[in-house]
Amino acid sequence: MTNLEKYINAFAEGLDIKPEQTAGLEYQAIPEWDSVGHMNLIASIEDTFDIMMDTDDIIDLSSFEKGKEILKKYDIEI
Amino acid sequence: MNYSELLEIPPFSLDKREKERILTEKLKQLTQKHIESCAAYRNMMRAVGYDGDKIKNYYDLPFIPVSLFKEMELCSVDKSEVFKTMTSSGTTGQAVSRIFLDRTTAGNQQKTLVKIVTDFTGAARMPMLIIDNPSVIKNRAMFSARGAGILGFSIFGADKTYALDDDMNIDLEAVEAFLEKHKGKKILLFGFTFMIWQHFYKKLLQLDRKIDLSNGILIHGGGWKKLVSEAVSQEEFKQRLTDVCGLWDIHDYYGMVEQTGCVYMQCECGRLHASIFSDVITRRAKDFSVCENGEAGIIEVVSMLPESYPGHCLLTEDEGVILGEDDCPCGRKGKYFKVNGRLKNAEIRGCSDTYAAKFQ
Repeated sequence: MTNLEKYINAFAEGLDIKPEQTAGLEYQAIPEWDSVGHMNLIASIEDTFDIMMDTDDIIDLSSFEKGKEILKKYDIEI
Repeated sequence: MNYSELLEIPPFSLDKREKERILTEKLKQLTQKHIESCAAYRNMMRAVGYDGDKIKNYYDLPFIPVSLFKEMELCSVDKSEVFKTMTSSGTTGQAVSRIFLDRTTAGNQQKTLVKIVTDFTGAARMPMLIIDNPSVIKNRAMFSARGAGILGFSIFGADKTYALDDDMNIDLEAVEAFLEKHKGKKILLFGFTFMIWQHFYKKLLQLDRKIDLSNGILIHGGGWKKLVSEAVSQEEFKQRLTDVCGLWDIHDYYGMVEQTGCVYMQCECGRLHASIFSDVITRRAKDFSVCENGEAGIIEVVSMLPESYPGHCLLTEDEGVILGEDDCPCGRKGKYFKVNGRLKNAEIRGCSDTYAAKFQ
């Protein structure tokens, strides 16, 4: 599985949505991605890539695209 | 100075003079903003004859009673921009506060909480044991203060585990598995004071097996009322937890849903600290004049966070004492204080106290 596929799956599982819904998604754009969903999403991404994100990055991860950028800091190229 | 610039300043680094200057400027701006955008607030400020040009210090800004958020919908943004409504904890039949948050305010709340709390816990996230049950955050549309507290502090944790089940019984299997998995690591515990006492401490006491939480740091809040009635002091609360599970790094916090984010954390010297983002003022009940340090009075809280609702200057229903400013032995600048409890005849509030009301 490519990193992009893993990333999409992490998003879909974390927010309990379909993989097709993830592209271009932004925080609060759908009911599933609220503050509760956000913490589940973070856990899901962390499990997938076996990383521990900084608190600032958890706050900054405000969209599907932004998440890719943040993951670069953890040496993960999507 | 805008809020992002402010977030770059270490939260306990400014002395009285600098902090006063920033708070006065920002709180005056907020007052003006809310006058312009919240009709009910505008009427109140008109009624008290507010004139921004005459305000030289934030101590002179008009404050509104915190209970007003129960009686009125006070909102300074268009309803379409409200993306989260938070409610206070209340006992059954009590009216609850409704606090309307837009994206900016909600985001700043979380960022501010991070700055303040990491000053005590360090920046690294820790495995987290939540002394509550998971259903508290299940109702996502309407957020209670208790759920918001747990969720807000969740950002400091990883591998979050709930120590209690839906019936508030301790889930010993889950707790022991969690501790085994994270053996030797520093762990974060979070919960509300009464729940910790009633459902965690008292149950641990009855167990034959000992669990070891000497690596833990506990953050707890939500009110002391019930424990005061059981004659459990703060010192005893800490001591008993140390005795039963080795937990010694324990920090109470004072905060309220009307000013989420600006929590007042208890330092190593047992004092609550005001950060650069907010402040406490104690006032005399007879004329609302400002108390001397060491004199008990009604607590007013001011915060630079509330942009979407006029909650930047609030008179609480709590009594407290300012103990000093800029010179706590822990090294943190700003005021340090203690909370004596609720004013007489005030209704019960606080996540811990409203829950505890069921145990009368």
